[in-house]
Amino acid sequence: MTETNGSITANKEIAEGIFDMKVKAPEAASCAKPGQFVSLYSTDQSRLLPRPISICNANDQTLRLVYRVAGAGTKEFSEKRAGETIRLVGPLGNGFPEAAGFAGKRVFLFGGGIGIPPMLYAAGVYAAAGAGVTAVLGYRDQNTFLANEFSPFGEVLLATEDGSVGTKGNVLDAYREAKGEADVMMACGPLPMLRALQQFSRENGIPCFLSLEEKMACAVGACLGCVVKTVKEDAHSHVKNARVCKDGPVFLAEEIVF
Amino acid sequence: MVNTEVTFCGVTMKNPVTTASGTFGSGMEYSELTDLNALGAVTTKGVANVPWQGNDTPRVAETPSGMLNAIGLQNPGIDVFLERDLPFLRQYETKIIVNVCGHTEEEYLAVVERLAEAPADLLEINISCPNVKAGGISFGTDPKGVEAITSSIKKKAKQPVIMKLSPNVTSIAEIARAAESGGADGISLINTITGMKIDVERRRFALSNRTGGLSGPAIHPVAVRMVYEAAQAVRVPILGMGGVRTAEDALELILAGATMVAVGTTNFANPHATLDVIDGIRAYMERNQVQNLTELIGAVSA
Repeated sequence: MTETNGSITANKEIAEGIFDMKVKAPEAASCAKPGQFVSLYSTDQSRLLPRPISICNANDQTLRLVYRVAGAGTKEFSEKRAGETIRLVGPLGNGFPEAAGFAGKRVFLFGGGIGIPPMLYAAGVYAAAGAGVTAVLGYRDQNTFLANEFSPFGEVLLATEDGSVGTKGNVLDAYREAKGEADVMMACGPLPMLRALQQFSRENGIPCFLSLEEKMACAVGACLGCVVKTVKEDAHSHVKNARVCKDGPVFLAEEIVF
Repeated sequence: MVNTEVTFCGVTMKNPVTTASGTFGSGMEYSELTDLNALGAVTTKGVANVPWQGNDTPRVAETPSGMLNAIGLQNPGIDVFLERDLPFLRQYETKIIVNVCGHTEEEYLAVVERLAEAPADLLEINISCPNVKAGGISFGTDPKGVEAITSSIKKKAKQPVIMKLSPNVTSIAEIARAAESGGADGISLINTITGMKIDVERRRFALSNRTGGLSGPAIHPVAVRMVYEAAQAVRVPILGMGGVRTAEDALELILAGATMVAVGTTNFANPHATLDVIDGIRAYMERNQVQNLTELIGAVSA
């Protein structure tokens, strides 16, 4: 991880309240992995804490961050223009497992809402490693941001809450409707979706990796603000409370209790 | 060349800046982002005799120029601390202040005894965490309790003992005097101020613990006032903290009477804040032709 002032090269709204920012930050971008995140810092000093934002894509030079405006901090980010800088620390967290081990496997990537962006990064990396990628994406309505960018990497299944596009319902409804047969599942999205996938993967004996979200302060593993209950003793505190920012955000579904 | 060296409770540090307990882990995580060798001391996250689970999440919430936390002192216990965390920190050219927590006198003493032979320079005893209930008695808010626990710990401790005081009291001077009468070598203040935040959209408490400790620049003027009042009341040295963001903030605490200062919540906003504060203190001394930092301690005048 490094601390750096990234140069914003683009920042545009791609759906209502959803922004797509590209930040030139070579030290952070060149060592990023799917499932990792960066801390973005506000320039308004009344907002002390960094905002953890998942990495939607990265190359040697640039991070792509697709984020939702959820409050004053992310609103400030959304108002930044190309040419401005943004202070960030990253990449942070463990990320999804190394793609090399999944060649020839049917990897199903589930994304719900603002949990979709990190799955795009995963789709590219897993497809490049020879995995058979299927993306299962859940949206509220026909605002299916990023969905068309998944198609170069494999099949794309859509679910919408209002039924306007794809399966009416959630990502598991879409998976069932398509008679999906996953060797492994990976997911990022709202808590009810992750809970449903945890249960489904357990019942069907499918390995499942979940990327979690929690209110964070330091985002580097020092403050113990963001924890998730675990089945076994965690490596840091030995109390069955793992740090989402450092030990995660990606956990094996069977290892966590939520 | 200015001299930023200070001697605190008999331990000489290259500069007066440390980290506030709980905001810096045991230094390992931040060592990737900041140079621990530059710090006067590192103060570690509170350690108990056994691992503590802490509170449920959410444990943190941002507030204007501050934050609330109710971590509940999750920690791996003294065994892991001695095996993993202390040896890691010892690699660096910095002093180590080990923060000790407990629910009962026996628990504090168990940790202090285990640390007797350990390479720790100072002990900071947390008798003021607002997020942990100690059988209905909060050691830190009753002068008699403060004096009693200080004196018990002093009998066992092999390192100098700093008592960390709560600001959630009517008279900080009275509590400071109680720690001094109990034999404390130094005192540190302020811990967090108890607060609450409510999410109005969901009509729920922002923290699962309902209340939490407020920290960050929002509390800095309270810290300056309390360090000043404590400095007027006792002769033992003071480690001042509370919302230090810049060198100016740190210098305010020093002028109010602190010998050392800690940077806490600002580490989250700026991972190299401690280094900025040290550089800023040095620049201030050069600008004002202050030869020795010790000249500034308690040097405020009306």
